[in-house]
Amino acid sequence: MRSREVNLPVLAIKDFDETLAAHGLGELRAARPTTLQINVGKLCNQACKHCHVDAGPNRTESMSRETAEQVLDAVRRFHIATVDITGGAPELNPNFEHLVTESRRAGAHVMVRHNLTVQFVEGKQHLREFFRDHRVEVIASLPYFLAQQTDAQRGAGVFDKSITALRRLNECGYGMEGTGLLLNLVYNPVGAFLPPNQESIERDFKHEMRARYDIAFNRLYTITNMPISRFLDYLRRSGNYERYMQKLIAGFNPATVSGLMCRDLISVGWDGRLFDCDFNQMIELRLADGAPRTIKDFDPAALAGRRINTASHCYGCTAGAGSSCGGATAG
Amino acid sequence: MHYYEEDDLERFGDIGKHRPDLFEKFMAWYEAVQQDGALSRREKALIGLAVAHALQCPYCIDAYAKACLEAGSNMEQMTEAIHMASAIRGGATLIHGVQAHNAVNKVSM
Repeated sequence: MRSREVNLPVLAIKDFDETLAAHGLGELRAARPTTLQINVGKLCNQACKHCHVDAGPNRTESMSRETAEQVLDAVRRFHIATVDITGGAPELNPNFEHLVTESRRAGAHVMVRHNLTVQFVEGKQHLREFFRDHRVEVIASLPYFLAQQTDAQRGAGVFDKSITALRRLNECGYGMEGTGLLLNLVYNPVGAFLPPNQESIERDFKHEMRARYDIAFNRLYTITNMPISRFLDYLRRSGNYERYMQKLIAGFNPATVSGLMCRDLISVGWDGRLFDCDFNQMIELRLADGAPRTIKDFDPAALAGRRINTASHCYGCTAGAGSSCGGATAG
Repeated sequence: MHYYEEDDLERFGDIGKHRPDLFEKFMAWYEAVQQDGALSRREKALIGLAVAHALQCPYCIDAYAKACLEAGSNMEQMTEAIHMASAIRGGATLIHGVQAHNAVNKVSM
């Protein structure tokens, strides 16, 4: 395997902006941001193999109270419609509940990217009631409805804990008709391949989760694995990098471009720096020159119209049916 | 060097260098066959995987194993499809035993 990888030619990746131009699409420009996606840090109780954050139990990067207050100032001042909190496991940040409570008080819709097993961490058993009481939209990772695939990606024993956590969320009303408590699942491919059609795999998940585990949920989002950080390490180690990139590039779908999440979202790092998306944040690809650089200087009007910085990982959001934090972007 | 090279799968389009009109007709039909219809793409990919094994075509096995994953199938389902192909191949062999019996009966007293 190793010698084969060494012998592969270096992959020439066509510049993403050039690909846009070749399809008659202009350079990517942002609209006025309506979503603040806040990455509160890299600490996580899991260390998933596809993680684009390289999150894990030994990471120490974590949003301070001072930065959290600056985020909340921005939410209040500019009446931010949606606050999307992610990590790591965001619930492990000491300011997490403050961020949720105050964002809700400011009238924002709050969604939390929840790994399910954090409910079993000491001192976090109350999370499901906390979510319910603050009408938080829960977006939970579950790459497959079987243990083998889920544990292969997320760690041994994760699937069984995830099923228990989902049942408890259902008991709280999450994913149940008429409650308005949204429980959405996220499917990530367990390997170097693209996700299935979102509607089709959602149908399969709904049937299988109900039949096997008596679990209900609202929507399933398919998200493509990004060729950065830990997933990039996996691609290189397993000899899949070239083929995966070729697949993403060959799968470029111009119909996904208008729905790219970077157009109306701003990503805030644990240290308060601003980025076009969580992926750009992880590879330290900063905002275009002239745009506000930190949450202290956040100003939606100054961010509107900025040029979005791109790199080869952007092909991950435009391949096939497209990918975003809200799932597929094209039918 | 061996006859089947993994990279050759991506060179399928080279066949269209000669008589492109025929290749284009084939591809249009091939792609239409794959679409969701009375059967889903996922079911069709599983049929493709079973046929690929029955034909023992390494290109098709490679392509349809990945197509099955990208359609949301798992290894249990894929393995059942391969067993179906194997069972029908095995059954097809065995049922020809009747031909042998007939041939023997014809020349036997």
